[in-house]
Amino acid sequence: MIGYIVRRILVAIPTLLVIITLAFFMMRFAPGGPFDLERPMPEQTRQNLLASYGMDQPVAKQYVDYLVDLAQFDLGPSLKFRDKTVAQIISEGFPVSATVGLLSMALAVLVGTALGSLAALRQNTSVDYGVVGFATVGIVIPPFVVGPILALVVGIYLGWLPSGGLDPRHGMTLERLILPVVTLALPQIAIISRLMRASMIEVIRSNFIRTARAKGLSPFAVITRHALRAAILPLVSYLGPATAALLTGSIVIEQVFSLPGVGRQFVFAALQRDYTVVMGVVILYASLIILLNLIADLLYAVLNPKVKFD
Amino acid sequence: MVLTSTPQDKAELMEQSAVKGRSLWDDARTRLLRNKAAVASLILLGVLVLLALIGPLLWVHDSTFIYRDKVQIAPTLTDLHIFGTDAQGRDLFARVLVGLRMSLMVGVVATFVSLIIGVTWGATAGFVGGRIDQLMMRVVDILYSLPFIFFVIILMVVFGRNIILIFVAIGAVEWLTMARIVRGQTISLKSMEFVEAAHAAGVSQSAIIRRHIVPNVLGPVVVYVTLTIPVVILAESFLSFLGLGVQEPLTSLGNLIANGARDMEIAPWTLIFPALTMMLTLFCFNFIGDGLRDAIDPKDR
Repeated sequence: MIGYIVRRILVAIPTLLVIITLAFFMMRFAPGGPFDLERPMPEQTRQNLLASYGMDQPVAKQYVDYLVDLAQFDLGPSLKFRDKTVAQIISEGFPVSATVGLLSMALAVLVGTALGSLAALRQNTSVDYGVVGFATVGIVIPPFVVGPILALVVGIYLGWLPSGGLDPRHGMTLERLILPVVTLALPQIAIISRLMRASMIEVIRSNFIRTARAKGLSPFAVITRHALRAAILPLVSYLGPATAALLTGSIVIEQVFSLPGVGRQFVFAALQRDYTVVMGVVILYASLIILLNLIADLLYAVLNPKVKFD
Repeated sequence: MVLTSTPQDKAELMEQSAVKGRSLWDDARTRLLRNKAAVASLILLGVLVLLALIGPLLWVHDSTFIYRDKVQIAPTLTDLHIFGTDAQGRDLFARVLVGLRMSLMVGVVATFVSLIIGVTWGATAGFVGGRIDQLMMRVVDILYSLPFIFFVIILMVVFGRNIILIFVAIGAVEWLTMARIVRGQTISLKSMEFVEAAHAAGVSQSAIIRRHIVPNVLGPVVVYVTLTIPVVILAESFLSFLGLGVQEPLTSLGNLIANGARDMEIAPWTLIFPALTMMLTLFCFNFIGDGLRDAIDPKDR
């Protein structure tokens, strides 16, 4: 298993390198630099400014410098907020994004598993059709439609919850997080309940469940102790793609509900050509996706005795 | 059929079935037409496409005309502002039609780009096999783990927001699964018994490709294309929502939804109608895609 992990990490390094290189050169070959949007400045000032960020060097040298800094976990200074480093900017946004992301993931797994199992156990009843219908709707409707509509209905018409905005005065209170978390989780609830339904239907027809029933276990124990364990496996391998979807979704959610998270910082930085922040966020997200994929695969292998690390 | 059939009946039946050979596609069509959701979606999508194509020409209001005295009026039958007007005083129904046309166009063109890249990549890897195949699929694996939408965002920011780039960028992102599907099909078909049998029976190479390989690869590809179109439409809307998609005076459903979301407190209809149109379109594509999948390959559910 250790060998497997090491191999996966060794594969991850070139992947990350590809990402970093692509992002770096795409940003650098862009027409227009990070200081173009500011008020005109004397040429000398401009040169000095570029020099102070090392941007007067040849691109190849900048690239190598960046990699060297990166190897020491230094993402460099932000080009827009002169007094902040990229690490500082990201560390301001990350707690918000991580909270929303983790809560959404937890909600999606819990509700999705429950709905999927319920549908499977009541197959071809109105409960089942209800869940399948809901899942279809949830998969088709994108978060940027659900978000504003939820904010409109729950936030404005009903006035139950604040429709958006996590500003420093309020902080991250639970009631401000509910709508973003639900919106982000909805498509994942839909997908997970579909997966869960399909796999549960298969499991409850299998021999070991019949045996468990035959030996007189209560239906509840059969489901929770035996069926659920087996049925949850396909879900574990979906966790990798789910994280990627949550990370991408967070860009929209943070925009809709004006949450000061990493996704919003990314869009802002991209529009402002704040190269270093864009690079920082891309590297962070790529590493997260790779890492979480690895964890999902390991978890799958641990839970499924049929899988051997090779 | 009556259970007690005479030998003559059987002979007749066999004769008929010998005359009327049913191809893969006849079967598929019959199965698809039996799927009510898919048929309804096909009809509805047809209507939507017609509306998007000729609606803007026939509709009484122009999508770019600004009614200065009618800013953000609610849906009304007077003057036929059936979807109301937007924050600039433009007729929302006309804008939704134009936006729908743009979204459908992005969907079709970008999917076509992804189709070309995916089929070429996958078929090459599958046919050539060996080390080259491994290398090519390794590349696909690595690309899979990239947070692609970030690159599309960077692309849009870096090279300005023109439509061609949107087509290419989204298409270039969505080809990976297509490549995998085509490669898998190609590899499995190469060694299929019926292909070998055709070889042994002396069927020419081109006839084998035409009669056996292409139809069998085409099925999954067609299904996946129908399922890619809504994904692409969503991707474009996602970009438009962030202000990185198509630019004024052009518009897309995502663009309209973004504007509607901004104005929803005063003018909720500017959010609701574009959102409903988009949902309807996506539903249609999904049901058609699912229906096609069941029809073409009933095993794979």
